[in-house]
Amino acid sequence: MDKLLFGDNQFFGVNHMSEEKARAQAMRFQDIRSVIEVLTSAYDEGIRTFMCTTHDRVAEVAEHVRLHPGRFPDYQFYPCMPYAHKYANAATEDGVMGALKKFAPEGNIFGAAFRGGMSIATKDIEGITRLLVDSEMKMFNGLKTPVVFLQNVVVDFLLGLGLKQTFRYFADYVKDRYGAEPGFITMNMPMLLDELESVGVENPIVCSNINKIGFRMCGGFDTYERALRERQFRAVAMSVFASGALPADEAISWIYQQPNIKSIVFGASSRSNIRHTKQLVDKYSALD
Amino acid sequence: MVRLAVIGLGKMGLSHVSMIRVHPNVNLVAVCDTSGFLLDILSKYTGMKTYSDFEEMLRTESLDAVLIATPSRFHESMVRLALDRGIHVFCEKPFSLDAKTSAELAALAESKSLIGQVGYHYRFVAAFQEMKRLLDLGAIGKVTHVLAEAYGPVVLRPSGSSWRSQAKEGGGCLYDYAAHPVNLLNWFFGEPMAVSGTVLNSIFSKDTDDEAYSTLRFAEGISAHLSVNWSDESYRKMSVKITATGTQGRIYADRQEIQVYLRNTAETLPSYNSGWTVNHTTELTQPVWFYVRGEEYSAQLDYFVRSIETRELNNVNSFTSAAQTDKVLSLMRDDANGLSSSMPALSPAKPARRFFFRR
Repeated sequence: MDKLLFGDNQFFGVNHMSEEKARAQAMRFQDIRSVIEVLTSAYDEGIRTFMCTTHDRVAEVAEHVRLHPGRFPDYQFYPCMPYAHKYANAATEDGVMGALKKFAPEGNIFGAAFRGGMSIATKDIEGITRLLVDSEMKMFNGLKTPVVFLQNVVVDFLLGLGLKQTFRYFADYVKDRYGAEPGFITMNMPMLLDELESVGVENPIVCSNINKIGFRMCGGFDTYERALRERQFRAVAMSVFASGALPADEAISWIYQQPNIKSIVFGASSRSNIRHTKQLVDKYSALD
Repeated sequence: MVRLAVIGLGKMGLSHVSMIRVHPNVNLVAVCDTSGFLLDILSKYTGMKTYSDFEEMLRTESLDAVLIATPSRFHESMVRLALDRGIHVFCEKPFSLDAKTSAELAALAESKSLIGQVGYHYRFVAAFQEMKRLLDLGAIGKVTHVLAEAYGPVVLRPSGSSWRSQAKEGGGCLYDYAAHPVNLLNWFFGEPMAVSGTVLNSIFSKDTDDEAYSTLRFAEGISAHLSVNWSDESYRKMSVKITATGTQGRIYADRQEIQVYLRNTAETLPSYNSGWTVNHTTELTQPVWFYVRGEEYSAQLDYFVRSIETRELNNVNSFTSAAQTDKVLSLMRDDANGLSSSMPALSPAKPARRFFFRR
């Protein structure tokens, strides 16, 4: 994995600090060309991985990269699925079952199973997982997707419910069908590591908040530190600046004092910010 | 350990199960729903004990508490059954669809010294908690006006097949969305003395409202405008925001931040300057044991569990406080339907005189 992955929150109006800022960013990136421009700047600064939600608009970015293979010869996507709000809003409108039906590809046995009110066994969750993965992966057809992530809302929801077998189904399917490494995003990293181990997902790629002030590191700062020291997994750090609460230099120098950090995912909207972050990462990771 | 069961496995119920199952002080004894499919999945993959009959579950299991997340019209009977058996209750909002019923249930819980809590999770959002603290301290002097808003992209086309699209089942933007800002207004300023100018309008829904507007008047001359729309695609997800204006400043809060303008500094507020002070969720929010979709959802459940352990009946989201919100919602509905107006109905053919008569 590359040391730096480019995230997409800034493109889609996600900002954990301010709704105003989120909206300003949504306006700035209203035109997909602005998104592509920033991604191109990042690429030219040496960041070739886009870790992105399977948001409808990412399909347009994917299409652009597909059409310009010469401009982005080694470009790769780390899809993070699904875009959960689309399911949550649908669940309010149509209920949980209605939402599942709405997004499952048409004409499959899944819909039929619901219609018949069948209560089914083992194959079911595995089948649902496969169908939903396929439907989210469509937009990346023909592109490099060496790691495929399951989004934190889904991971943590399944983790809480105890549906940990789903992690295994997801991991196996992503490997078999897409030749990709499975990744998991979570706000509860220590607990997730235990559960992944218990279903035999070995040396997993796990992306979680890791920052100096412990923002959204559930299970506690010390438990995270211990996990980084003692557990076998590949850590991807997100929210390293704690949504802007930490100065960049301090945040990144701290990150590289932690063991086992394989990558940092970050978002930026300007070339100068991208370059600055890249320089800090090169500087502190060299000292690591 | 608190022995707890969850009833109703829709969007809210499932999310509650995912948080409460891993709470260190809770033993999730069983879940109950009418969907065989969900029950089978949970039972098959997690070994969770499942019921399709609520009363059977209450008879069979020995429970300290239940968490009720069924469609709103079932709340009343389920809450009553649980309280009658001496079980603490966490119930999703809106509490009941009838303000009188809500008050009765509140009295019943109180008479039995049982914890009753309703899922108004915005009272657990750190920025709104800070707003409450500042208002209670009189930070912005005498409050004159409040703007309470909620927007989001729920119903964006004519469709919808769940109970949430049926007004009489407690669906619609009024009960689903407006309930939240109204509940915050109740928390900050108590019960309004009058509700007027209510508009409940459908945009896309056939059987219910998609937007709600109203004017609420509270004691001491405080007025509030409520502006709510759940058919607004320009919002990525639900956004609740409250702006309070007073003689000594202004406070704006949403889930991410609180922006405060104070005309003067106050000794009781050492961390606030005169002029602007902005605090973000990153600094204000307390850590939780488990995170799924926002600290406030976890925090309210933890608070419920701790209230049971300590037998603390003075609950921030008590049945009584939720009954207050239910009352405002029903006043709004009556007002919109012209039921509470003391003025005689006017002929629509004489618009000029209507204006005259309303004066």
